[in-house]
Amino acid sequence: MTIQYNNVYLKDGYTIAGTYEADGPLREYFDDIYPKDLYFGEKTLEKAEIKMQTDSISKLLNRNKLNDKDINLLISGDLQNQIAASNYTARNFNIPFLGIYNACATLSEGISIASSYLENKNFNNIVISTSSHNMVAEKQFRNPTEYGAYKHKTTTFTATGACSILLTNKKTNIKIESSTIGKIIDKGITDVNHMGAVMAPAAADTIYRHLHNLNRDPNYYDLIVTGDLGVYGKQILIDYMKKVYKLDISKNYNDCGCMLFDIGKQPVYAGASGPVCSALVIFSYIYKEMKKKKLKKVLIVPTGALFSPTLLFQKESIPSISHAIGIEVIK
Amino acid sequence: MNNNEYQEFVKNYTPHENIFKNALLTFILGGIIGVLSELLLEGYSIYLNLPRKESGILVILTLIVISSILTALGVMDLLVSKFKSALLIPITGFAHSMTSASLEYRKEGLVTGIGANIFKLSGTVILYGIVSVYFFGIIRLILGW
Repeated sequence: MTIQYNNVYLKDGYTIAGTYEADGPLREYFDDIYPKDLYFGEKTLEKAEIKMQTDSISKLLNRNKLNDKDINLLISGDLQNQIAASNYTARNFNIPFLGIYNACATLSEGISIASSYLENKNFNNIVISTSSHNMVAEKQFRNPTEYGAYKHKTTTFTATGACSILLTNKKTNIKIESSTIGKIIDKGITDVNHMGAVMAPAAADTIYRHLHNLNRDPNYYDLIVTGDLGVYGKQILIDYMKKVYKLDISKNYNDCGCMLFDIGKQPVYAGASGPVCSALVIFSYIYKEMKKKKLKKVLIVPTGALFSPTLLFQKESIPSISHAIGIEVIK
Repeated sequence: MNNNEYQEFVKNYTPHENIFKNALLTFILGGIIGVLSELLLEGYSIYLNLPRKESGILVILTLIVISSILTALGVMDLLVSKFKSALLIPITGFAHSMTSASLEYRKEGLVTGIGANIFKLSGTVILYGIVSVYFFGIIRLILGW
């Protein structure tokens, strides 16, 4: 299902990146860079993530001279169990709150939900935020952070950072034009070290349905960008789309997981991942390029692997999801 | 493309690990650790005037202390990711897994954090180590070694 909008605009986006993320090629595009010590002055890593997400919302509101009461709804999600980082972040604000989870596709899920409220003019201003923290994710999904487990070449590196964006129904230069809500796709992959392979078919299905429903060609967009497929997943998606849907997206396609870090130089294996990976790339680099009108029509397709360590050990494969959002520059 | 076809398709995009190179590296470096431990064993026996068995315990303790300190300093995980099983198979790997787990959960309390999680990685080794020792003990008894 694809919906088109006429009243949804992107007002601003605030990105906070960790030092490691800022050492990549996008340093100059981030609004804030947090220190190398990943505690950011807090006692634990989980609290550090909460601080990061809280700061991203406060700084976004400050920059736009808005108060809590000007925001009708806050939608957030992250990777911590029970989306704890988002819940505890929302505790710091006096704003009605929806917590959502679609792993690394959380941001596009949030934009999709917010857009319907704004389109119907139920609400005027909605903030969507997300975060991830490398060490929190390692601790929760993999091994203790100081444990030197062997890493596969297809493993991705969870990015550290937070991002908040402000959507409004008052006209700005950048419009949320359309959205396609993804289906859960599970091709039976059980390899947690190869998330690109898990998520590529979900991205392919969503991109295909988006283009098909709106009767568009891939070249309609200046850039189609997926979330965190990594170098191997990116190639899988290109070839899979050619083979299954007879669509060639290779000319204007890229993956945020391949853009955030300098993959040749930084030891991030197949690239970046985490809910904030796509958020950091889209709302720093891509957003600023759109403001300069260097990119005019962009399709963002964040991808999420919805895996549960428990069910994986119970021999279940990994489901994945991806939602597409079309963003366009208007005069 | 059905699931089986997709899994075959993905194999073309999955880089293979160089098992031979990894095994050789582990053999050589693991062997070096073995040689150093042997020297330490002799050293303890001669200089501390200990029987071989007691000096063996000191060697194990030395390796555990070194591995734990390196883990706490944040060096061990880098060494392990470089030298792989050469450092994980000896007692250094065992100590590394326990120290890293207790470091990770230290903020969640002595009982609910460190106590509940210190064996998170090494619990398997202890359990199946004891079970296999039990069976090998029976085999030895039967064969009369």
